[in-house]
Amino acid sequence: MSPRLPDPRLGRRLPAVPDAVRDEAAPLLSVQTVRKAFGAHVVLDDVSLDVHRHRVVALIGASGSGKSTLLRCVDLLEDVDDGVIELEGQDITDPRLDADAVRARIGMVFQAYNLFPHLRVLDNLTLAPRLVRRVPRAEAEERARAALERVGLARKAASFPDHLSGGEQQRVAIARALVMEPSILLLDEVTSALDPELVGEVLDLLADLKTSGMTMLLATHEMGFARDVADEVCFLHAGQVHERGPAHQVLGDPQRERTREFLRRVTG
Amino acid sequence: MTTDPTTADDPAALVWQPSARQRERDAYRRGRTRRSFAVAALSTVALTAVAVLGLVSSPGWPRVKASFFDPEVARASLPAVLDGLWLNVRVMAVSAVVILVVALLLALARTLPGPVFFPVRALATAYVDVFRGLPLILVLLLVGFGLPGLRLTGVPTSAVVLGGLALVLTYSAYVAEVFRAGIESVHPSQVAAARALGLSRGQSLRYVVLPQAVRRVVPPLLNDLVALSKDSGLISILGAIDAVRAAQIETARYANFTPYVVAGVLFVALTIPLTRLTDALARRSGWLGAQSAAMGGGAAR
Repeated sequence: MSPRLPDPRLGRRLPAVPDAVRDEAAPLLSVQTVRKAFGAHVVLDDVSLDVHRHRVVALIGASGSGKSTLLRCVDLLEDVDDGVIELEGQDITDPRLDADAVRARIGMVFQAYNLFPHLRVLDNLTLAPRLVRRVPRAEAEERARAALERVGLARKAASFPDHLSGGEQQRVAIARALVMEPSILLLDEVTSALDPELVGEVLDLLADLKTSGMTMLLATHEMGFARDVADEVCFLHAGQVHERGPAHQVLGDPQRERTREFLRRVTG
Repeated sequence: MTTDPTTADDPAALVWQPSARQRERDAYRRGRTRRSFAVAALSTVALTAVAVLGLVSSPGWPRVKASFFDPEVARASLPAVLDGLWLNVRVMAVSAVVILVVALLLALARTLPGPVFFPVRALATAYVDVFRGLPLILVLLLVGFGLPGLRLTGVPTSAVVLGGLALVLTYSAYVAEVFRAGIESVHPSQVAAARALGLSRGQSLRYVVLPQAVRRVVPPLLNDLVALSKDSGLISILGAIDAVRAAQIETARYANFTPYVVAGVLFVALTIPLTRLTDALARRSGWLGAQSAAMGGGAAR
């Protein structure tokens, strides 16, 4: 692997959409031999996986298997220690790139919603379009209302996040990611903090997003959801991709003993 | 995120070598760091040079230098100013302890529940309102000259004691609010958990709320301590011979302002360790963005 010659302009501004975007067959997101360690603890060890356009890939695995860290690396919230992550054919792990511009192209939804408590729902949605995309307020609000409509929360636009249920907050968080029109949506155990009766509304929304063609990479503990919605399932164990394949195969007929053991434990 | 102890001993983890691409990235990052460092160093030097040049080249500089930065006078006045500073340190240390106790009592009084404690709450609130609003210098003058004027038996007449009393009166009001903010920042669920275990209200406060509250407000408390160490110089207006007063006397003796500069340097030297301690404590409790990523921290770049 020889170091690619850097374009000195990349540090200032992202190039227009890379050529590879037009190549529909190439993966939208390609994680190649990524390594990430916190001190002596190797969280990701030589992880590779591809996510193709309009596909949904589910990461499963025990707590600490590296699911969240992988998502955080893809969103450049963590720097990888080695390996490459390509988005639309562009190496986003290149330190010359403006990481903020890359993140603006990627949607991220967190386990604990991470809504801004001091802003109303509508302002949570318009903040990034206005500051990052320089969209005028009126237009940003129009788009935000459309996004809220899509997640079924148009009537909550003027509420503060504290006054919403967990499921509603998470749907707002998804809408907040969607208004930026991301190339890919990363979802980090988005139903883990929810009461069981609220899980359904969020999962229904994600299934709806899949139908509309959204590309998603998600970490989840909901095996039933992974089976129904994911095209591919990736089982992480000790920082490595232990088994991957079509969802029905990995979840229905796992080939590796550790995968079987994990599935036995989570499905009881 | 749980730590898997086996990975640390994993031979694969130990033999890992960065790829050529990663080495190139690391080299680029090191280059950027060096560049930022060079820019910062250069701009600091340039700014300092401009400031010094501007000072030295001003028309009155020779006169100012002779009357504010005379090494002879500095050396001669140092012992007297140091003696005075020792008084500041003692006043500060004693008042700080009294302030902490009084302030904690005030903060607790303001959190007492129920109509029974209304007078206590109201008194504490009124106290804080009054002494946070009064300028310290007025409190010093009123206490320093008014209290002895009453001619009550047992009332001290020493400028040091009266000055310390004024400091305590004013600072207790400030520090009480710091404590109260800390107490109120502890989530109600902590009290619920303590009460659910059968602890009384007082026990919950003493063993669950206060330990968390105090830990949280240590940096702002140290900030107030730094302010106190400087304000202890104000007791000089009552006639106590502290560092400021000593510098004043020396200034009069040598007809030269250098002793004031000496006192200033000594006060700064006194507060710098306190400020560094505040920084260190703040870092240890994860402020200033020092949160680890495992806790869901911010972005790496």
